[in-house]
Amino acid sequence: MERNVIISAKDIEVKFRVRDKYLTAIRNVSLDLYEGETFAIVGESGSGKSVFTKTFTGMLESNGMISNGSVMFHDTDLTKLKKDKEWEGIRGAKIATIFQDPMTSLDPIRTIGSQITEVIEKHQKISKDEAKKQAIDIMERVGIPGAADRFDEYPFQYSGGMRQRIVIAIALSCHPEILICDEPTTALDVTIQAQIIDLIRSLQKELGFTTLYITHDLGVVANVADRVGVMYGGQIVEYGTVEEIFFEPQHPYTWALLSALPQLGVKGQDLYYITGTPPSLYNKIKGDAFAPRNERALNIDFVEEPPFFQVSDTHFAKTWLLDPRAPKVEKPEAIHDLHEKIKKMTDKGGAFHVE
Amino acid sequence: MSNKGREVILSIKHVDVTFEQGHKKKLVAVKDANFDIYKGETFALVGESGSGKTTLGRAIMRINPCSAGEILFEGKRISGKIPKSEDRDVIRNIQMIFQDPAASLNERATIDYCVSEGLYNFHLYENEEDRTAKVDKALNDVGLLPEHKSRYPHEFSGGQRQRVGIARAMIMNPKFIVADEPISALDVSIRAQVLNLMNKLKAERNLTYLFIAHDLSVVRFIADRIAVIHHGEIVEIAESETLFEYPVHPYTISLLSAVPMPDPVVEKSRKHIVYDPSKLDQSGEERVMRELRPGHFIHCTNKEFEEYQEKIAQMEKERGL
Repeated sequence: MERNVIISAKDIEVKFRVRDKYLTAIRNVSLDLYEGETFAIVGESGSGKSVFTKTFTGMLESNGMISNGSVMFHDTDLTKLKKDKEWEGIRGAKIATIFQDPMTSLDPIRTIGSQITEVIEKHQKISKDEAKKQAIDIMERVGIPGAADRFDEYPFQYSGGMRQRIVIAIALSCHPEILICDEPTTALDVTIQAQIIDLIRSLQKELGFTTLYITHDLGVVANVADRVGVMYGGQIVEYGTVEEIFFEPQHPYTWALLSALPQLGVKGQDLYYITGTPPSLYNKIKGDAFAPRNERALNIDFVEEPPFFQVSDTHFAKTWLLDPRAPKVEKPEAIHDLHEKIKKMTDKGGAFHVE
Repeated sequence: MSNKGREVILSIKHVDVTFEQGHKKKLVAVKDANFDIYKGETFALVGESGSGKTTLGRAIMRINPCSAGEILFEGKRISGKIPKSEDRDVIRNIQMIFQDPAASLNERATIDYCVSEGLYNFHLYENEEDRTAKVDKALNDVGLLPEHKSRYPHEFSGGQRQRVGIARAMIMNPKFIVADEPISALDVSIRAQVLNLMNKLKAERNLTYLFIAHDLSVVRFIADRIAVIHHGEIVEIAESETLFEYPVHPYTISLLSAVPMPDPVVEKSRKHIVYDPSKLDQSGEERVMRELRPGHFIHCTNKEFEEYQEKIAQMEKERGL
């Protein structure tokens, strides 16, 4: 399958200076995004998923720096851009971001309308009236009922879901090529979450942008993603198509994440959980970062960092288990036949069946 | 399962909670909540933000006053004005676990103090040795070590902090615990730890939980009975299994359809059902709780009740009952 790469990150390393010490948040991550696809990065808090994508928009905190690697977008290496002026025309215009909390991404003391038109006027040279027309049009598109009447309202007059719709409207008002959604539904209720996800999908179909989701919720990943990357300890440890990651996961960390889902819990039995804590990023990590928390870790996991092994054309995992010399280790019982299990739950008579 | 003969620990009787909004404007956050919680069960209250689930939890904690109705704990009224000595009893016996362990612990106090605070306030220790022993035991019960006592909350991970929050509640030897979204702020991998711990403590001490949550997938695992609340009104109450197998109220169904399933094939073909209250009976008849099947209550009008009865009979027939 020939597809165009729209953005390509190579060997990215990000360091933060914290009280005279350096913390390595991202350790040599490479990722290609294809035009029009939805890629989801999933991982625990602190795994580096947000930091990594911030290198795409030059929004690292001031104590952070990209110490190695490149991010090629068209013919520009984004890691070379320093000043805000250089980012103009890319950040917000070509690559837009939606953040987790819609309350903090909107200005509480300015009207919704002015916040949308501001972006339109800044990026397109058009008149005020034209900008307003466009703003109302996009408000309607993201499903704000009575958009023209609500144009002059303030964020506090909107519900959480409506606010997130506005944030999406602002992000899309410049017709970006890439939309980064950083935990876009974490602060929202499940029913609203479903609506926002559906909305982003239908807009993507209509406008054809590429979506990069960042989330910790595998349920959301299953819904939205074409491809998935699993992040742990500042690295992508496994990536593949969404079916490969859910039905044939290879990395023990992916196994653990899937097994810990409450949807798979059996009443009366303990739920599976991952012991220990993620590694400290201040120290150099030796071997496989997940090894100390992995009850099936091999000896070599503590000594040497595994390379990526290829599972299929699209599926790669960074675990020694895929080395031909490794002993055969089966994935945990809880995620065997995942599809059959979930199907049973959602088919007639199952716990999550609805009609 | 019949609930007759089970011991009621907390009884919520036609409780309203209203907030004043400026002049003469009132917001009714909880309307006519009316249910019993039995000793030793986990009762879940599920709803979206703004549904009034936390307000109701806080009404039990005596933080929000009830504007109508009353709340009985072990047969004694605990809402409204009560004597100070009873108030202290209530505080001891009903403890709360909060959502965000980082925000609910005093960041300038050591874990030793955080956990002992209740003991200090109620002088529940004979001497320093006794207090230390109690704190050590409470920490041990939640899987923390005595050496953690001298540390501060920020030195812990999210899951550990929530354990401190639980230890702090448990040290009072409560009978009833209101857990308000205790795992929502935690990472997926450590949510399970906290749920397992809560289940373990419940079994060991015959505790009763009111578990407030917005996520039905979590509740299915932990709850014995579930009440679904929408806009301040409880719309459906049932045993946990019943609610998942025979959901009847359209709002419950919409909540169920929104639980994301970790399977790309299933999830991508799932329909999200949006709750549309305008499709309910619009006759203006007041809705009340009616018992559809033993223990399965639903908030409806007479006409709706008949429809729901038909619906549940149909479901039972399909499943060969």
